[in-house]
Amino acid sequence: MPQALEGSQAIAQAVALCRPEVVAAYPITPQTHIVENIAKLVADGKLNCEMVSVESEFSAASVVLGAVAAGSRAYTASASQGILLMAEVLYNIAGLRIPAVMTCANRAVAAPLSIWNDQQDSMAVRDAGWIQLYCADNQEAVDTTIQAFRIAERCELPVMVCMDGFTLTHTLEPLEVPSQEQVDGFLPPFSFARTLDPRSPISVGTLVDPNYYSEARHSHHHALLRAQEEIIAAADDWGQLSGRHYGGLLQVDGPEDARLGILTLGSVLGTLADAREEYPEAPAAKLIKLRSFRPFPVEALQQACAGLSDLIVLERALSPGGGGIVGAEVRAALSELPDAPRVHNFAVGLGGRDVPLDIYPRLLAAAQSSGPTRFAIFDAELDRLPEGDR
Amino acid sequence: MIEVRIHGRGGQGNVVAAYLLATTAIGEGEYAQAFPSFGAERRGAPVTAFVRVAPEPFRRRCQVLHPAFLIIQDEALLQVPGVTDGLLPGGGILVNSKRGDDELSAMLGRDTAALPASALAAEFLGRPVPNTALLAAFLTLTQMLPVASLTKALGHRFKGELLERNARLIEQVAQRVSPGLWKEQADAASA
Repeated sequence: MPQALEGSQAIAQAVALCRPEVVAAYPITPQTHIVENIAKLVADGKLNCEMVSVESEFSAASVVLGAVAAGSRAYTASASQGILLMAEVLYNIAGLRIPAVMTCANRAVAAPLSIWNDQQDSMAVRDAGWIQLYCADNQEAVDTTIQAFRIAERCELPVMVCMDGFTLTHTLEPLEVPSQEQVDGFLPPFSFARTLDPRSPISVGTLVDPNYYSEARHSHHHALLRAQEEIIAAADDWGQLSGRHYGGLLQVDGPEDARLGILTLGSVLGTLADAREEYPEAPAAKLIKLRSFRPFPVEALQQACAGLSDLIVLERALSPGGGGIVGAEVRAALSELPDAPRVHNFAVGLGGRDVPLDIYPRLLAAAQSSGPTRFAIFDAELDRLPEGDR
Repeated sequence: MIEVRIHGRGGQGNVVAAYLLATTAIGEGEYAQAFPSFGAERRGAPVTAFVRVAPEPFRRRCQVLHPAFLIIQDEALLQVPGVTDGLLPGGGILVNSKRGDDELSAMLGRDTAALPASALAAEFLGRPVPNTALLAAFLTLTQMLPVASLTKALGHRFKGELLERNARLIEQVAQRVSPGLWKEQADAASA
């Protein structure tokens, strides 16, 4: 029986079902409700977990690093400036192969200051060496949070579960919260092979000289590539248990013979799916949800795009002076195909800009009427800018 | 799909009103979604929240651009430009006001119903929080869900004395507005 829950409330319950032993977090909009709800579960005696209040996100991530190194399952959540303040520790967590899980309640990064949703924050730390999974709706975020602990612990890699701030975190809708038995059957107790133990001391985080550094980086890169199998296995096994499956690395939805495709990350997918029904006169596009951005699923993406003449890559972030972040990677992956589709790369919904239903026909028209767009912010109204800035 | 936009001010329980309406619908087996559009997060700042209700699941995450109904928790917000923008033709506006329906309808040029929700809440709950009373009036006017289901949904939030006071407030409000006055519009929107 689904319950009426706010996204953040449901995520807190999902985290609690995973039986974390340590949660450390510093509040930042729009992540706040997640950790507030976890703190309440701890305070009410419903979750046996050490809730550590810290003075900054740097410390939140550091506490999680130490807790997992000492053998505890640990979790944190953040967003925007909080993610950036954590950045140094995020690299350390990943490089030390610490299987932590965090939620990124995706939000724009200042300046200009914005509390609203885009994905600039998680994209800014895409090279930290974390697995990054992007969720299209709250049910997927609940289920992915549970999968994330198993993926992290099996791969000895940290996992960042990305969910759009406000658009998902602050939306109430009917959600299924799994049972404790279901989660226990899926996620065994955490047992960390490299647990710090005073009876058998080891050093962690030592200086690595040029003799070994390249090999350490190679092994980390390969661990992420290999993690694709665990991401798929977690999605399949959880799908068996719960009846809910969101694709492993990505999910394709739409007519098989479609010539047009739209690739997205996060919650914009649902709007496009509804829009496809609302605008039957527009061509029915294949919708590709990129669920795993790190590792980047090159082969799965090539398969998903086979037969397309045009692919629109929509993203909620950009690399100023470069262009699209996801778009550039998709182009590189598809360049290996003999009949690669033309790639049109647009950013939409930056800093909370609404992505309305009618963006669907407008995007398709733009892709059909002109040559490929290398990159543009699709919904920027250029006439509001001084002429020199257009 | 019935889409509703709720206007109020920070501290008035605006988001709670949206969540409560969606929770009520979900409790009755409908599919629903409620979400806020935050501006500055402080008391007194205008806040907008949205609700969608439909018999079948939907997936969109965009803002509600053309609501069938507006619920205005603070009538001073009617002076703010844009508050009634996008309201569907034939749509209704429910306002927390001591003024009459006709006066407000004439002023706004739209079908408007008034309820002195703050005064009623102060009398029944001891606090002038207008959201529960307005939702009771809204459900009575539209008949989109039984008014009793609102009391049931409140049971997830409140217990004991406070729940009883809310239940009495809901009963009182249901007798003050015309049952089914906006049923036609609600049925048209959900068709």
